[in-house]
Amino acid sequence: MRYLPLTDADRREMLSVIGAKSVDELFRDVPQAARLGTKVAGLSDHLGELEVERAFQSYAAKNVSPSVAPFFIGAGAYRHHVPSTVDYMIQRGEFLTSYTPYQPEITQGTLQYLFEFQTQVTMLTDMEVANASMYDGSTGAAEAVLMANRVTRRHKALISGGLHPHYRSIIQTTAHWEGYQAVIGKADVDGLEDLIAGIDKETSCVVVQNPSFFGHVRDFGKLAEACHAAGALLIVAVTEVVSLGLLKPPGEMGADIVVCEGQSIGNGLGFGGPYVGLFATREKYMRQMPGRLCGETVDADGKRGFVLTLSTREQHIRREKATSNICTNAGLCALAFTVHLTLLGEAGFTRLSELNHAKASMLADKLAAVPGLQLVNDSFFNEFTVRLPKPAAPVVEALAAKRILAGVPVSRLLPDDPSVANLLLLAATETATDDGMNALVAGLKEVL
Amino acid sequence: MDRSQGRTGGIVSVGASAPATFTGNRALQIEEPLIFEMGQPGRCGVDLPEPPKVKDRLNGLRRTGGIGLPGLSEPQVVQHYTRLSQKNYAIDMGVYPLGSCTMKHNPRLNEKVARFAGIGDLHPLQPVSTVQGALELIDRLAHWLKTLTGMPAVAMSPAAGAHGEMCGMMAIAAALEAKGERARRRIVLAPESAHGTNPATAAALGFTVKPIPANESGRVDLAALKAALGPEVAAIMLTNPNTCGLFESEIVEISEAVHAAGAYFYCDGANFNAIAGRVRPGDLGVDCMHINLHKTFSTPHGGGGPGAGPVVLSAALAPYAPYPWIVKDGDGWTVAEDGAKVDGQPLGRLKAFHGQMGMFTRALAYMMSHGADGLKQASEDAVLSANYVMAALKDVMTPAFDGPCMHEALFDDGFLKDTGVSTLDFAKAMIDEGYHPMTMYFPLVVHGAMLIEPTESQAKEDLDQFIAALRSLAERAKSGTAAEDFKAAPRFAPRRRLDETLAARKPVLRWRPSNSFKQAAE
Repeated sequence: MRYLPLTDADRREMLSVIGAKSVDELFRDVPQAARLGTKVAGLSDHLGELEVERAFQSYAAKNVSPSVAPFFIGAGAYRHHVPSTVDYMIQRGEFLTSYTPYQPEITQGTLQYLFEFQTQVTMLTDMEVANASMYDGSTGAAEAVLMANRVTRRHKALISGGLHPHYRSIIQTTAHWEGYQAVIGKADVDGLEDLIAGIDKETSCVVVQNPSFFGHVRDFGKLAEACHAAGALLIVAVTEVVSLGLLKPPGEMGADIVVCEGQSIGNGLGFGGPYVGLFATREKYMRQMPGRLCGETVDADGKRGFVLTLSTREQHIRREKATSNICTNAGLCALAFTVHLTLLGEAGFTRLSELNHAKASMLADKLAAVPGLQLVNDSFFNEFTVRLPKPAAPVVEALAAKRILAGVPVSRLLPDDPSVANLLLLAATETATDDGMNALVAGLKEVL
Repeated sequence: MDRSQGRTGGIVSVGASAPATFTGNRALQIEEPLIFEMGQPGRCGVDLPEPPKVKDRLNGLRRTGGIGLPGLSEPQVVQHYTRLSQKNYAIDMGVYPLGSCTMKHNPRLNEKVARFAGIGDLHPLQPVSTVQGALELIDRLAHWLKTLTGMPAVAMSPAAGAHGEMCGMMAIAAALEAKGERARRRIVLAPESAHGTNPATAAALGFTVKPIPANESGRVDLAALKAALGPEVAAIMLTNPNTCGLFESEIVEISEAVHAAGAYFYCDGANFNAIAGRVRPGDLGVDCMHINLHKTFSTPHGGGGPGAGPVVLSAALAPYAPYPWIVKDGDGWTVAEDGAKVDGQPLGRLKAFHGQMGMFTRALAYMMSHGADGLKQASEDAVLSANYVMAALKDVMTPAFDGPCMHEALFDDGFLKDTGVSTLDFAKAMIDEGYHPMTMYFPLVVHGAMLIEPTESQAKEDLDQFIAALRSLAERAKSGTAAEDFKAAPRFAPRRRLDETLAARKPVLRWRPSNSFKQAAE
């Protein structure tokens, strides 16, 4: 077996050094009844590379990849072009096969890119500090609420109806099992929701998304003021991090915690994961943050170096008093993010952002020509909602049959809300082409 | 003096007193600035087309002022991150004996198949008719996990081990809630040797964590456990094999006692690599167990993630598994997502979309490559290698417990007594010998713990060299004259010991133009 270096002769020699007659003797603490004498039944035996590759080619062949179809799906995961350098870098064994940098002398590579990552996150969000990543944006949002509860010592979170339904669902799940109240706004299709009226002295935080799940771009400056006046925190979630190249950043609006899904930069769609959560806040709340933090220091020779720091917040030191149970995060996806954003730089990132907005604008204009279709949004970045004259789910299925991946029927994410049945959410990134848009328009005209 | 890693002898006094170079570099060790100290306006590492002119629909919320990102060309970016990479130790470079972390070989085939366009380039919300292969793949991995653990159900979405713990403990809370016992059963029992994530998870769910003592053989004290069980206990969280590298020999009695008291048995599966393919946790009375795909099933640790932590569940807990899950639907596959009308009472949702598909793909490729026969061999080799290391070092270091270990060899710092050398010093000296240190000071129940997990991936001759290096260090430490040398280690690494107190006292968590550090070369 290609991955196992020990030979039978090695094994015999090792057993003799140990003083055991057989490997089974080493398993003697396992109750006899549970010790399988043979391999586990019902599974295949080992395979060569060629056979394994064929099996995965067969799985792949049963899917329709956006690389071969006009594609307009977003809703929290976005298809962008990732430069070749990014994938090359994250496949370097020194990054790929290294562990969490607990031995800083021999993991300065990981630590320095985490420091660069944290800095980039603070710049994009216009916040003061950021951590070394969360699993993804959705779990980061739930952690942000828990952090707000700790900071304010209150237990009621106000959740915007413009928040991604999966994010909302995760917050509801943690609220139920971890014991706090989550007040959920109804689907904010028009982007006109007013959350200020709902804030009271029990409110720990208000959670909004910008652009919202339905695509609306809003200024939360007034909301931030209202939150702060009531002693609550404003949490802003961003599912499309590319929007931060063009939009007023959450920090400037007065956000206290910003969580972003960072997938768009450096990380492919990957059928939903692994992605990378960005988590940023104000310096005064630094010690209430979840997750790992990388900090600058000096070594015994006085040279600059980096270490994981403020670990007394974390589970491996603080145990039941930790700010979160998170341990493994999204290190390599953070590297992909950092390498991609470094390639882009200020000019490239801004242009990428402009390009996304322009493509979505062009798509919106083209769709306006489809009879019966109505654009819901006055404002958007690279994603918007349209109202169809009939339920969106079967329309999307019919277009999929024509190999057009048209968007997400909102009903898939909000199945219990009949008012959204006809809504379709569409995104266009820099990867969208004129031909693809025209195919979508033609397809829609046929199936509507 | 022993020779190791091709170097003569051991610790000699260079390092701080070595002559300075003009650049501050030392041959392949190159001092590297931060990207923010390298950029020039006007440089860019990508070429993007001029955006078409369109009407602005940003609601007047255009960003004013710059972001502050530096501009670098592609070759600069490649050089920068390549140089950084060379400051890292990694599995690809040699023995990485970090106990509890299972730093086994990460096959590149797995990277390749995860990047097939038909797998890696799929959107999680595509119509299910267009992702049948992806759903089948997840279901196939679920089948392997259920079969290897002998458990009837699995929740696939947790993103890492700790997230899996959260999922499993929520399922237990849900089962208690369904029985009307959640308000009463507020205690979770966990050994003091547990991973920190266990008490952190239980506490987050509002449980009170009570420690259960270990006996002299490093295992749960069954009598003490029985005494602690009662109508207020919700669950026990137990790692097996445990964090001392030992199998809980009374595991069946433990699970029977836990169940008799109306509580549930959460098994931390971090150490599954010792038994995968050879022992099924389902045969031991476990109610749920998370599986770190990034440990047992070789998905790369990536400098701290991503991971994946699917949780296998007993029949008693299966009805509470969170959304989403894959459902066989005639000839095809579909997904049960939030709001789907289903049997059972799903506990909610833990993560957007379907879980860590990229990790699923890699783990399945690993499993298929090994097969049932190879997985059994892998766990046997992992256990054999740990016992070999233990046997070869027991006369110069001090094993924490008697008898065979599982896949980890645990030593205490008894052999360093009165030498002036601490576990930390010993570990840092290993760095100069070309090795990543073992896990130190964990588990907490063993004084100055050193937890060595060689995994099945090392050839015997590499283990022999590792053993020889550790023997040499142990003998030198015990000579009583080398404490200062140990305290000065490492000397040959990209950095010497770092001032962690300074980092925590005056946290600098980001670069700012004002705190730009002066290069050592200046």
